[in-house]
Amino acid sequence: MTEETLISPSPSKKEPTRRDFLILTASAVGAGGAAYFAWPFIDSMNPAADVLAQSTVDVDLSPILLGQAITVVWRGKPIFVRRRTPEEIKAAEQVPLSELIDPETDQARVKKGHDEWLIVVGICTHLGCIPTGNKPTQNRGKYGGWACPCHGSLYDTSGRVRRGPAPLNLAIPPYTFLNPSHIRIGVEEISHG
Amino acid sequence: MGKLTKVARWIDYRLPFFSFIDHELRAYPTPKNLNYWWNFGSLAGITLVVMILSGIFLAMHYEPNTKHAFDSVEYIMRNVNYGWFLRYLHANGATMFFIVVYIHMFRGLYYGSYKAPRELLWILGVVILLLMMATAFMGYVLPWGQMSYWGATVITNLFSVFPFGESIVEWLWGGFSVDNPTLNRFFALHYLFPFLIVGVVVLHLIALHQHGSNNPLGIERKEPRDSIPFHPYYTVKDLFGLGIFALVWSYFIFFNPNFFGEPDNYIPANPLVTPPHIVPEWYFLPFYAILRSIPNKLLGVVAMFSAVFVLFFLPWLDTSKVRSAIFRPLYKWFFWGFVVDCFILGCVGAHSPDYIYTSLGGLSNQTLGQITTLLYFAFFFIALPLLGRYEKTKPLPHSLSEPVLSKHTKIKITTLFIFLFWGSLSPLYGTDAAPLPHESWSFQGPTGTFDRTELQHGFQIYKQVCSACHGLKQLRFRDLAALGFNSEEIKALAAEYKVETIDDEGNVIEKPALPTDVISGPYKNEEAARAANNGALPPDLSLITKAREGGANYVYALLTGYETVPPQDVHLAEGMHYNPFFPGGQIAMIPPLSEGLVTYSDGSQPSLNQMAKDVVTFLSWAAEPELEERKRMGYRVLIYFLVFTILMGFVMKQVWSKVKP
Repeated sequence: MTEETLISPSPSKKEPTRRDFLILTASAVGAGGAAYFAWPFIDSMNPAADVLAQSTVDVDLSPILLGQAITVVWRGKPIFVRRRTPEEIKAAEQVPLSELIDPETDQARVKKGHDEWLIVVGICTHLGCIPTGNKPTQNRGKYGGWACPCHGSLYDTSGRVRRGPAPLNLAIPPYTFLNPSHIRIGVEEISHG
Repeated sequence: MGKLTKVARWIDYRLPFFSFIDHELRAYPTPKNLNYWWNFGSLAGITLVVMILSGIFLAMHYEPNTKHAFDSVEYIMRNVNYGWFLRYLHANGATMFFIVVYIHMFRGLYYGSYKAPRELLWILGVVILLLMMATAFMGYVLPWGQMSYWGATVITNLFSVFPFGESIVEWLWGGFSVDNPTLNRFFALHYLFPFLIVGVVVLHLIALHQHGSNNPLGIERKEPRDSIPFHPYYTVKDLFGLGIFALVWSYFIFFNPNFFGEPDNYIPANPLVTPPHIVPEWYFLPFYAILRSIPNKLLGVVAMFSAVFVLFFLPWLDTSKVRSAIFRPLYKWFFWGFVVDCFILGCVGAHSPDYIYTSLGGLSNQTLGQITTLLYFAFFFIALPLLGRYEKTKPLPHSLSEPVLSKHTKIKITTLFIFLFWGSLSPLYGTDAAPLPHESWSFQGPTGTFDRTELQHGFQIYKQVCSACHGLKQLRFRDLAALGFNSEEIKALAAEYKVETIDDEGNVIEKPALPTDVISGPYKNEEAARAANNGALPPDLSLITKAREGGANYVYALLTGYETVPPQDVHLAEGMHYNPFFPGGQIAMIPPLSEGLVTYSDGSQPSLNQMAKDVVTFLSWAAEPELEERKRMGYRVLIYFLVFTILMGFVMKQVWSKVKP
């Protein structure tokens, strides 16, 4: 390859700085512009305004009988809302933390004063399948919570993983009690103002 | 190349990527005398890339289904982050693409760039133009508005003149009319064709690099000093041109996004009603004018297709050995005459066939169309072949370094031409529509924003008056936050409306609407709406100011323009009211506003004009909720490209200072 072409744009020896400065500035402005131009494209793939707006769902708890559970949809995910029996609560509270894969107390997984209500995201923390056990007729596994049909993970009555391969307990969505019989999923606290 | 790292060298030995870039984009020897008309090739390439990018991102949200297409476009405009930007970028991009490509072609025509050995280069260019036309047409169908639908119907029906035409058209439609299968395939092909264009562009570039660019003098380069490397000379010149081009494009995106559009396309497609005045997009107008000016279906279609296909034969129709018009004293005038003829054809296509040019002595649009169509073809079939034979050309210079025309003369000629040109076209301007009174709006102009008080008052009027018949289904209650309502107020507003839902036992029940629900109209369906309104359908108001010629001024004129006593020659039908601003003058809607109808929260009772102004301001917001954000972003973008252009101008001056003329 010949290095220099006929009229090469070689910088003049007198003022290389001015020329370099110009080209550098122009390049920086160009690069900044390209990044600015890219942002609307990238951002257009984020959840749209209507998707964001539908990020809370209110649930009426009154029809749920003791020992039963329902599934509600929040942000396209199944949320298990379970009304636990005193025995189930007791079993969950009595398990020593040392026996758990992902140690967490039962109290940390329910709202204070609402021990009866366990609200978890019904998605196995292994690879995203939906565990069975929300209906009394379904297999709940030997820990009485949920059992994942895909790879055999088992959860207890607090939604904690007791047998792998799932590494973590069922996640707790943000939610809040509007009153003793209504919850709102999607917000941790209700702002009054 | 000496600076290539080891890895690059390793790759280059196996796949000559870097050598290719170096050879074709850096060292590529280019005539040193290319003027700014040579910028448009690279601009077309950049536009193509931007169109493909914005198109791909729009396709992620668009739904090619007749039931959802129109709403999904509005969904993009209102809910997708920067969706309005992507759509306006894409829609105005089509216009920009055609402007750039047409200029690129006229440049080729002026400087004889299609002559040996560049015939195939030109022909590939015409193939690109054809593909662009097909792509643009199918893209225009996708929003599924009235113009989309009827454009699709008319254009596909062109094929009915051919043998087995009926079958061809049904094959194109996938049915017995333009319908869902048509929309689906148009979407698929609209996505495919740009990539075909990319393929032909590659061939176009290979053909270009075989013999290099033509130049303003139209003579081949003879000595090494006639050429300069493409980079940095033309890369920086192209970037400078890009800056100016981006300023123009941005202006339309951010400050006049619907300038090239038709209001009718903001009305959802209706297979049973053709809009009174259907026109194609501006870039098809000259061809549309040719089609219409011939009063025979077959001949009209043949003439229209010929108008494009004749370009394939241009290299052989033009018999002159001299390329550049600079040395062809007669051709030069014929060329400019042809340009003017194309523009007049465009104007002819824009007016209705019955339009009369009173300023041109009562010349009818039909006659003007026929004359200009004749001239169009005369240029190719008479002027070009004969000029080559009889024209006495000026002596050609020996090299690119020999100055021919001083810059001064060039500028004079250009200026003279531009004045002549616009002067000659002025009688063709003007619209067919009646003039509307002009109100001054808070949101008009490049800096206008919506007056919040007017918005709130306008919404109150909508709610207390208009909503009895009209819905706002592109809006959701939560959108009202932009008017200044807080979340509790919005929740209360929404709860006044009812939405149908299904309870646990499968029964249809009504429950209060949520802020995320749309502001629907009072009627369950079109039939119910018509039954309640004397057969007339109260239109949804979400897009009313965008969907009517005259926009806000039209709606205002309509609301305030009722006349209780119609003129003597008007016979009102049963249940109709006279309003001179409504097409046809007879409108089913009773005069909706009257003094004392509403009381604003400050206790005042607005005049009828004030009420109309408030509600129209509200409806303008409903049609363009992105308006304020759009203008804000527009200023930032314009300032950026101004800085970009000035900087590139300086860099260009530096870089080019070494090149001797």
